[in-house]
Amino acid sequence: MRLRLRPCGNYREKYEEELGIFETDFGRLSLIGGLILLFFVIPFVFKSYTLYILNHVGIYVIAAVGLNLLIGFTGLISLGHGAFFGVGAYTAAILITRLHVPFLPAIFAGGLFTAAVGLIFGIPSARLKHLYLTISTLAGQFILEYIFVQWKSLTGGTEGIILPEPTLFGISLKSDRAFFYVIFAFFVLFLWIAKNIVRTKYGRAFMAIRDNAQAAEGMGIPIFRYKLLSFAISSFYAGFAGALWAVYVRSVTPEPFTFFLSIEFIAMIIIGGLGSITGSVFGAIFITLLNEFLSQLASYLMNIKGLTGATLTIAPLREFFFGLIIVLFLIFRPRGVAELWRRVKTSFTLWPFSH
Amino acid sequence: MDFLLQLVVQGLSIGCLYALAALGFVMIFKATKVLNFAHGELLAIGAFIFLVLSVWLKLPIYAVFLLTLVGCFLLGFVIERLFLRPMIGEALILIIMLTVGLAAMFKGLLLFIFSGNTFVYPNFLSPHLAFKIGKVIVSPVYTATFLITLAFLVIFGLFFKYSSQGIYMRSVADNQIAALSLGVKVRRVFAISWAIAGLVCAMSGVILGIINGINVHELSKMGLKVFPVVILGGLESIVGAILGGLIIGFIETFVSGYFSTSLRDVVAYIVLVIILMVRPYGLFGLEEIERV
Repeated sequence: MRLRLRPCGNYREKYEEELGIFETDFGRLSLIGGLILLFFVIPFVFKSYTLYILNHVGIYVIAAVGLNLLIGFTGLISLGHGAFFGVGAYTAAILITRLHVPFLPAIFAGGLFTAAVGLIFGIPSARLKHLYLTISTLAGQFILEYIFVQWKSLTGGTEGIILPEPTLFGISLKSDRAFFYVIFAFFVLFLWIAKNIVRTKYGRAFMAIRDNAQAAEGMGIPIFRYKLLSFAISSFYAGFAGALWAVYVRSVTPEPFTFFLSIEFIAMIIIGGLGSITGSVFGAIFITLLNEFLSQLASYLMNIKGLTGATLTIAPLREFFFGLIIVLFLIFRPRGVAELWRRVKTSFTLWPFSH
Repeated sequence: MDFLLQLVVQGLSIGCLYALAALGFVMIFKATKVLNFAHGELLAIGAFIFLVLSVWLKLPIYAVFLLTLVGCFLLGFVIERLFLRPMIGEALILIIMLTVGLAAMFKGLLLFIFSGNTFVYPNFLSPHLAFKIGKVIVSPVYTATFLITLAFLVIFGLFFKYSSQGIYMRSVADNQIAALSLGVKVRRVFAISWAIAGLVCAMSGVILGIINGINVHELSKMGLKVFPVVILGGLESIVGAILGGLIIGFIETFVSGYFSTSLRDVVAYIVLVIILMVRPYGLFGLEEIERV
């Protein structure tokens, strides 16, 4: 079989060719190469700590891709994804500790339950303009946070829930390396699903709603149903990621699932690029690394003599930098890193005759 | 009975405070259609400028008031110029997310400088403001809150009705394109809306500080509370914002008085979700919403 190279013009004859993910066979080959690297090289080359960070990246990517389907593709903002992530985490934790459900079904149940909870807050939006969804998810964020802390008999209040070691078919998944495979199997699965949602009927309907809701309705797209669907898929992704996180970290307390986590997710997709699946991956990597960098910086500064008296806490710095990054990207690079990446790629393809 | 009366007094002043805060929010929304998620941080900035001037620099109190208000007016102006103006013409969701970013940025900055501790203002209110209704003592803070809110609402009512700038602002809120074609400088109206919102926020931040002491976390939470208030009142309506503020103020005070204080912080959001489901255009909003 001969490799297809990039044609020098548009020679497509069928719509299927237009919709294909890969323009050339090199894309397919590099994807296979990437998967081999991901599953057979990375887990054996890196230390446990690096894998721990990578696992978090994987989890955040799943949540960020879901949020991007909502914000970037459907044009609806959710400020409640931090809490939705938490709903998934608590659902899985409660199912595992109380009902002794094995962890795989518990994770899926976490995602499904979060989708149902998300729908409650999504209903008002479906009747109204997008800004009402933003406000109702904001309310959802605070109501859910309240439930996490106050419904002590179910969630364990501020003390939270401790989960047992996860096992799959009798194999312990305690180590970071073992869990790496679990997370990245789902990472690949959910990226594949998202990529395919956006290039089918559903994705096109989402984009039509984003670009002009009235026109979309005029063309026969049932807006109410598609908005709810987009919101359900998005909260499913968030809940699933949360459940995966709960099983991995094995301790669920209300602290992480604050309004700030919602902002963190938004920062990920803005940095990565709204309406770009690959962008969400970049964004999640960037934010997780920035978090790591800031905590390293804080501990480094604390060790410098003379600064030890100053109480340097990392939380305000994180908030400041995340806010700053969101603002700068929106003003100067509203299409995010994905656009930069595309430009670099095109300039290589067109070399030496770019322009 | 005394307890009830105490709650009524408290609810009234908290409600006034919410109304004042919501006024700044509605101002921005009417003119620019932007939901400002950095509202709480604007409150906090005003409150902390007041703190620095009064406690650290020990300026006389009228100078502190004047400088805080002028400072926040200018700050609103600068925020519009630096962050919002480059976004004119971009999709609304990008601008709304920009305000989310601004909120995180300002909050981080304030936490970095002042940390998450609670600060208190020196007591400068005249004790003559206190009075008694039956057995209930109304403390000077509550009287002051009520009077200041009333004064602000009257001033802004007159400003919108009679001043030329107020009329420009109403025209932009009504129909931006028509206003533009009639020669209204829409950009200037945007800038002034943000500046006035900054000023109103500073005022409500300072009053909050007098009542509860100031704390970055509390103030930024308070800013998000304007959402229930404005949704209840209808996003477009200033009268609605005032009544919405009073209603939410009363509900919160009564819930914390008769049920639990922890429920107080979420009850406004529960009301918000119910309102969105039942009567989404609010009590006083325009009913002709785009159904999409």
